[in-house]
Amino acid sequence: MKFINYLESIAGVSIYPLISMMLFMSVFALALWHVLRQSKESISEQKNLPLQ
Amino acid sequence: MNSTVEKFAYDNRIVKNFAIATALWGAVGMLVGVIIALQLVFPALNFDLAQTTYGRLRPLHTNAVIFAFVGNGIFMGVYYSLQRLCKARMWSDRLSNIHFWGWQLIIVAAALTLVFGYTTGKEYAELEWPIDIMITLIWVVFGLNMIMTIVQRRERHLYVAIWFFIATWVTVAMLHIVNSIELPVSMLKSYSWYAGVQDALVQWWYGHNAVAFFLTTPYLGLMYYFIPKAANRPIYSYRLSIIHFWALIFIYIWAGPHHLLYTALPDWAQSLGVVFSIMLIAPSWGGMINGLLTLRGAWDKVREDVVLKFMVVAVTAYGMATFEGPMLSLKSVNAIAHYTDWIVAHVHVGALGWNGFLTFGVLYWLVPKMWRTSLWSKKMASWHFWIGTLGIVLYAVPMYWAGWRQNEMLTQFTEDGRLQYQFLDVVNGMQGFYALRSLGGTLYLIGALMMIVNLYKTAKSGSFLANEDAEAPALAKSYSIHGKEHWHRWIERKPVQMLAFSLVAVGIGGLLEMIPTFLIKDNIPTITSVEPYTPLELEGRDIYIREGCYTCHSQMVRPFRAETERYGEYSKAGEFVYDHPFQWGSKRTGPDLAREGYGNNKKSNAWHYNHMADPTSTSPSSIMPRYPWLLTTDLDTSLTASKIRAMQTMGVPYTSGYDLVAVAEMNKQAQIIYDDLLLQQDQILIGEKGLSPNHEIIALIAYLQRLGTDIEVKPINTAQK
Repeated sequence: MKFINYLESIAGVSIYPLISMMLFMSVFALALWHVLRQSKESISEQKNLPLQ
Repeated sequence: MNSTVEKFAYDNRIVKNFAIATALWGAVGMLVGVIIALQLVFPALNFDLAQTTYGRLRPLHTNAVIFAFVGNGIFMGVYYSLQRLCKARMWSDRLSNIHFWGWQLIIVAAALTLVFGYTTGKEYAELEWPIDIMITLIWVVFGLNMIMTIVQRRERHLYVAIWFFIATWVTVAMLHIVNSIELPVSMLKSYSWYAGVQDALVQWWYGHNAVAFFLTTPYLGLMYYFIPKAANRPIYSYRLSIIHFWALIFIYIWAGPHHLLYTALPDWAQSLGVVFSIMLIAPSWGGMINGLLTLRGAWDKVREDVVLKFMVVAVTAYGMATFEGPMLSLKSVNAIAHYTDWIVAHVHVGALGWNGFLTFGVLYWLVPKMWRTSLWSKKMASWHFWIGTLGIVLYAVPMYWAGWRQNEMLTQFTEDGRLQYQFLDVVNGMQGFYALRSLGGTLYLIGALMMIVNLYKTAKSGSFLANEDAEAPALAKSYSIHGKEHWHRWIERKPVQMLAFSLVAVGIGGLLEMIPTFLIKDNIPTITSVEPYTPLELEGRDIYIREGCYTCHSQMVRPFRAETERYGEYSKAGEFVYDHPFQWGSKRTGPDLAREGYGNNKKSNAWHYNHMADPTSTSPSSIMPRYPWLLTTDLDTSLTASKIRAMQTMGVPYTSGYDLVAVAEMNKQAQIIYDDLLLQQDQILIGEKGLSPNHEIIALIAYLQRLGTDIEVKPINTAQK
């Protein structure tokens, strides 16, 4: 049986792919936004931790 | 900022203990690997003994290298780096010691039970339930000690390596608990709570993520700490490491179903596994590039320093294996590679290259440091590097070739549309490859033994520093935020938040993947003709599991012409509903057995008897071990009734009170097989103790004859009859 048959048996199924998509986009967007906005000094401080 | 400088000491003794355990268990695990590799070339090396047979030693090898070698390697690296990154001694020396000795006890218990045939029959999770509980307790001890050390740290930031350690801890805990849910029948026997397709999905969700969160994330943590240490320069991009971390743990958890492509697993779950596997390339390669670029402009050091040499090959092997993994999850590539030695090659590039070489690099760096001396012989370490590298090449290349060839031969048709080769022809064609692989493994082992000698001599020449003095200002209780504070920092500074977020990231994937399989009935269409196993078949199945038959035989006919021609009708999800645990297998060193009792595959009882007594008597040049003990040992029926009751508890529809008549039913069925064997006794290789309806072989024959028969079209009594 194809995927579509299973999906049809779930009520309100159309929301699931949207939720999945949103989850993914937001995780990556947030992570990216976060790393790009950190200051150079802070990044440099953290990356040097093993060498202290 | 509180300016009081506090004095404390790092605990090196625990690191030393784990380092010794890593090296010793590593050698043992690799030695068993070499032995089983040689058994495929010289079947006589199975010694006709239950405890030394391939089916029991192979789980011993995998468990030893994963949980004993890499496991101790993880703890060695974590205990060393965590203390320094937190500027704090481990929270509790007592917990450290309980963790160390508890883990070694688990390893010894695992080795003994596996060799003596106590196994759950689920790959990489073979250990029986009391050991599963021990693992859980010791894992909690480790986690508590780690989290409390982080809480008591003297450094505000949690370096990225610590994130990887936290994610490892929480995810392995989740995987281990969910996959180990089983119903005990006795102290050393249990059945997986899940059955068939669901068991397969949970198992490979676990199996894949054991690779991800036991063999990968903790080692990435080690990479992020020890490569900068060894190269004496910070990681190339700390920003990339943040993306690497979140992307990796978020995506990895979804990819498990790629181990089950073209099986009876529902299509949607297979597709989900493929998509996420492809996405994994991005964070994996991000991590690899980050590791390698750390050495930009310092490649001259790599030429000189054996530690860096090992690490560079390790990270390169990581890159190769994590490129190959997604490629293998493409359905068209998977159709070729699955069940063949290609997968064995892929796994060993990761295991020997990534885990092995990174461990060696860390050991070569740590031992001189903790014993306050320099390496006893740089030349010997360099030889180890080259012998080990050659070993990997000699292992991987023949196995890739063998895998490709297996697929070529098994899918080859003659002009008139018949299969060109018997399975045995393929087995015969593998001997050269298997011999070369054994040589590769042996070289790798020799290298590891050279390292042990070298490190022992190094330790002898130095003096061990058990408590390494350090000082750092205490962390101020209140932390004033300067300027802009980013949301993520709130997570990065707090271990418990980090743990919770990691759990959410990995939990979402697991839940979305599994809930539909469990809740939507249509996912496993019922087949009315599928019936529970008879008591004798059930006992036979337990023998099949005990002997580790699944390490060489699959029970899953994929919907390909080459497979349906060879084995019969392709497997349906509904056929496995009473299989606790599922036995689909992951490698075909021998043929598939899903339809062993049905259609063209069906053989006589006498054939099976002879085949187990001496496989070459029915299949000349077979490399399967002999199983003489099955011909002389009486079947233990003391647990049969409890086994039936356990099955009933898990929803297998035996009629009520069936447990009470199970043994009588069993004897009846055994008698029929025995009578049939008696008719042909002049043709069979009877064991030392003669023929008996009580011998284990009878139960195994009953099980093998049952395989695949559920979909048989039963003759209908018509009026003419």
